[in-house]
Amino acid sequence: MKVITHLALKSVLNRKATAILTILTVAVSVVLLLGVERVRTQAKSSFANTISGTDLIVGGRSGQVNLLLYSVFRIGNATNNIDWKSYQEFSQHRSVKWAVPISLGDSHKGFRVMGTNQSYFEHYQYGSKQPLTLQQGREFDGVFETVLGSEVAKKLNYKLGDEIILAHGISDVAFSRHDNLPFKIVGIIAPTGTPVDKTVHVSLEAIEAIHVGWESGANLGHTPDIELLKQHQFEPKQITAMLLGLNSKIQTFALQREINTYRQEPLSAIMPGIALHELWGMMSVAEQALLIVSGFVVVAGLLGMLSSLLTSLQERRREMAILRAMGARPRHVFSLLISEASALTFLGITLGVVCLFSMISVAAPIIQQAYGINISVSALTAYEWKLLALVQISGILIGFIPAFRAYRQSLADGMTIRI
Amino acid sequence: MSREHDNHALVVDLNDISFSWKPELDPTLEISSLQVQSQEHLFIKGPSGCGKSTLLSLLTGINQAQKGHVSILGQDLTQLSPSQRDTFRAENIGYIFQQFNLLPYLSVVDNVILPCQFSKKRRLKVDQDLNDTARELLRRLHLPEALMDKPVTELSIGQQQRVAAARALIGKPKLIIADEPTSALDHDNRELFIELLMEQADQAESTLIFVSHDPTLEKLFTQSIDLKVVNNAKGFQ
Repeated sequence: MKVITHLALKSVLNRKATAILTILTVAVSVVLLLGVERVRTQAKSSFANTISGTDLIVGGRSGQVNLLLYSVFRIGNATNNIDWKSYQEFSQHRSVKWAVPISLGDSHKGFRVMGTNQSYFEHYQYGSKQPLTLQQGREFDGVFETVLGSEVAKKLNYKLGDEIILAHGISDVAFSRHDNLPFKIVGIIAPTGTPVDKTVHVSLEAIEAIHVGWESGANLGHTPDIELLKQHQFEPKQITAMLLGLNSKIQTFALQREINTYRQEPLSAIMPGIALHELWGMMSVAEQALLIVSGFVVVAGLLGMLSSLLTSLQERRREMAILRAMGARPRHVFSLLISEASALTFLGITLGVVCLFSMISVAAPIIQQAYGINISVSALTAYEWKLLALVQISGILIGFIPAFRAYRQSLADGMTIRI
Repeated sequence: MSREHDNHALVVDLNDISFSWKPELDPTLEISSLQVQSQEHLFIKGPSGCGKSTLLSLLTGINQAQKGHVSILGQDLTQLSPSQRDTFRAENIGYIFQQFNLLPYLSVVDNVILPCQFSKKRRLKVDQDLNDTARELLRRLHLPEALMDKPVTELSIGQQQRVAAARALIGKPKLIIADEPTSALDHDNRELFIELLMEQADQAESTLIFVSHDPTLEKLFTQSIDLKVVNNAKGFQ
């Protein structure tokens, strides 16, 4: 066997260019396969970690995915607001432990503004029930104070004490700015890897205050003076959604039913876990398509190896005949090719894994910054090992095709050499 | 009969053999009798297509005669399994091809010691270090010392054939078969090569079977047969 390994090695080195290309093909397909797998699993866990500890999300009547998207992911808009009275009623419901009101609709330089109150900082949780923590400063207290998500502060280079102008709606253009009412940054939340990072938090009162004079949807020119507004006590009339935490999870269904059949106004209550699952289910088509594509890339890579092995076989008929004449048995010829295919696949896999890890370590901070998805340079998971083993086994199996052919050729050719 | 006894002196003993590549075809080779004595230098003459390759494949045990007995060095090859025949070949037969004899990715010396990699018996017959023996053989075949560490692709055809000869000779196999080894050489080199090969075969106490379509080489050999005459098969073209 030592002889065969030695010969296989020398023979491959003699065909260096083809061998390197084959290894690269396998490596690229392995990078893609594992890369897609990594992004997929990490995106999924990142996604599932967006909100936790919240039992019900309540908003105007709509589908659960839509409600989840605007209330948690800040994507899209609410179909309808809910009345402050409904909030008061349900926040004081006997099975509700805590309630967080959310009011959306304004923006700052592309980042959504969310009106809420102190209970948000107290009860909102993400990941595995991690609470929000302030990186700098404090929670908002006054009307014209704001707490930024970490990404907002980082991207726009804001410090504590800076003043920012909010815009009405999500398009930040001159005529829609609340530009006579600047907000002072009093706190910055530590990075969470969730949409919280991209949110500008203000109090519910502030949302009411900046919209005085905007009741028709545009500034009609009688926005009162800031000092006057600070004096005034604002009571919200409407909010966009609320997050509820219950005393006991057993009450979830009963309360959900109660909210969904609420007589005063049409409301929807959703369970975040189920909605997240449904949302992910919608995205999993793309995810699976990606996985299938990368699977095909692996197949293409291995077929590339097969074709280069088969092509080389024709040139190597003489090599095989010489080996046979020197006393090599057909099984030597067979294992010569199998070991070549196995070694090429193995080297391809190794190179692929090395490439993947170096790419991840380079790209992880960029991905974290751009998409908030945390891709860590962690050891290969059992599933990834399985995928790699599958690639290796396929490589060996594919080696059987040229090996078997060479075997048959060397039996048929014997000592005569046909070129 | 003293047949058993005779067998020991005979390196090759063919009796009433018949071979065809496919059962439905007429035989390509039919030889009623062919004997080669130990340490003989036999020239087998024959134009292409007269069954030379077939005969060689039978002598080396790559193929099996459908009828008759092929006995090499007293061993009936028809009694052996394919893998036993492979081992037998590796141990007892040195083979020289027409041309492109060498593995391009091995060094000159590695090419020479290749048969010893596949046969323990042949390796054991080399008393000294394998590399030294290979170099010694190459030296005796007049291959310049400077070329021994070059890649084989840098050697001329004539030099390559001498390396191939050294490879056939290493480990002193009992039988050396040369299949048109001089066809790519010019006339002077041809005779020189054959003389060297014979000399070294004698030193190794090997029997030499030399196959060629070139009748001008016949005079260099003591024994000679014409395959066209010996082969009774109607099947060959």
